[in-house]
Amino acid sequence: MAKIGIIGYGITPFTKDDKKIESILLDSAKELFKNNQKINRDDIDAVLVSTNNNSKYLSPILSEMAGIQPKIAHSIENLCNSGTNSIVSAYSYIASGLADLVLVTGAERYDSPGSVLDWDNSRGEYKHPIFWASLFAKSYKREFNISDEQLALVSVKNHKQAKENPNALSNKTYTIEDVMNSKKITEDLRLLDCSRSCTGSSSIILGSEEKVKELSENPVWITGIGQKTTSAGFTKNTSFSSMESTKQACETALKMSKKNIENVNVAEIHDAFSVCEPMALESLGFINEGHGMDIIKELHLTNNFKINPRGGLIGCGHPLGATGIAQTIEITQQLQSNANKRQVDDANVGLIHNMSAAATSSTVLVLEK
Amino acid sequence: MSFETKLKEGIFCIPECNECKKIVWPPAEFCNHCFGIVSLKEGDFEAKIIEFSSKNEQYFCIVEFEKTFRIIATISKTPNIGQSVKISKCGISDGNYFFVVI
Repeated sequence: MAKIGIIGYGITPFTKDDKKIESILLDSAKELFKNNQKINRDDIDAVLVSTNNNSKYLSPILSEMAGIQPKIAHSIENLCNSGTNSIVSAYSYIASGLADLVLVTGAERYDSPGSVLDWDNSRGEYKHPIFWASLFAKSYKREFNISDEQLALVSVKNHKQAKENPNALSNKTYTIEDVMNSKKITEDLRLLDCSRSCTGSSSIILGSEEKVKELSENPVWITGIGQKTTSAGFTKNTSFSSMESTKQACETALKMSKKNIENVNVAEIHDAFSVCEPMALESLGFINEGHGMDIIKELHLTNNFKINPRGGLIGCGHPLGATGIAQTIEITQQLQSNANKRQVDDANVGLIHNMSAAATSSTVLVLEK
Repeated sequence: MSFETKLKEGIFCIPECNECKKIVWPPAEFCNHCFGIVSLKEGDFEAKIIEFSSKNEQYFCIVEFEKTFRIIATISKTPNIGQSVKISKCGISDGNYFFVVI
């Protein structure tokens, strides 16, 4: 199997700025080339854009704005896990020999049309993600006897961690009381239980083994990839208290990397809503079903940033097309011991979990140094 | 006549394949199992509540028909898991399907 790694990255702060998608895309690509001056833009074989924005021809536009003339240029959209889908596509281009160096840039505006899946008419008038998340929360709480106060700890922990991340949308810490007293959106979710749509951009450059050795002094390798799509419609989920696509994607990724979940030292988890974090931890195999909150509580009390060190989607904001790439950048920084106050001790193996539309689709990546 | 045409008239139908007799959900012209032609079954179908929550004191619930497919519907009274319900009103409003169960 070919070795494929991460050579460099660029990320800019997630905001509520009202900017054109083309400018947002360029923001993190500029940052990437500023941070990695050994990369010759003439050598880039492919430019992949991850976004839910409806604008056309964004990859050729980004390429032109960044002075790149790639062989391959196109966009990739898969709702909230567009970012990791783009990374998997970049990996595949390199593994196939069609490319040696691939730029992947994700970007979204705060008003992204990707938040709502219009096609899913089985949801009736309840198409906004808040409704599937409320049903997940209700089901999870009932099945495992978990309270709203217990789930509120996810938001408390992730906002605390986001405060150490200069690119996060949130810069505040909250108590459980703050979460409980925040605006009640539904019977089962409050405002601070939710990640927020925002404007953001993140870029990453992947290369073949030869390119990684030539261009990176501190390489990080993608050693495991797992993906699974169980359906497009939320109502086809077999469970509302666990994530079947995540289970299958994780099994595949760990098998490819020849690792066990116990080997993972740091992980980015797709906490679109507070209930998603314990559900994902259980579906990834970190702990048995119903006990995800035990890990979260222990990590919070010991100030251990192992899960969602950058602050998760709840703390960072969720610019859909940029999220999976931002998660991958965080794990790269962790493995390079370059995560400043968020640094997790002895980070050798990292995992990224990025999902779409109520976990109907999941991607899991394993990274190693 | 299509599922949507019937729904616009306030009639909820179950789409079923003429060939393999499987229910095809979401509604489609052809069966996603054998690509047979799908026809619509009318009736007073019973469903079971699988899960529910509420927003602004308005309950919404996932209901399951014939142990096969599910929709999200509005219900006015406090729901219970496993409760049997039937569609009392349905249609299309502002481009979105809507379902009400009792």
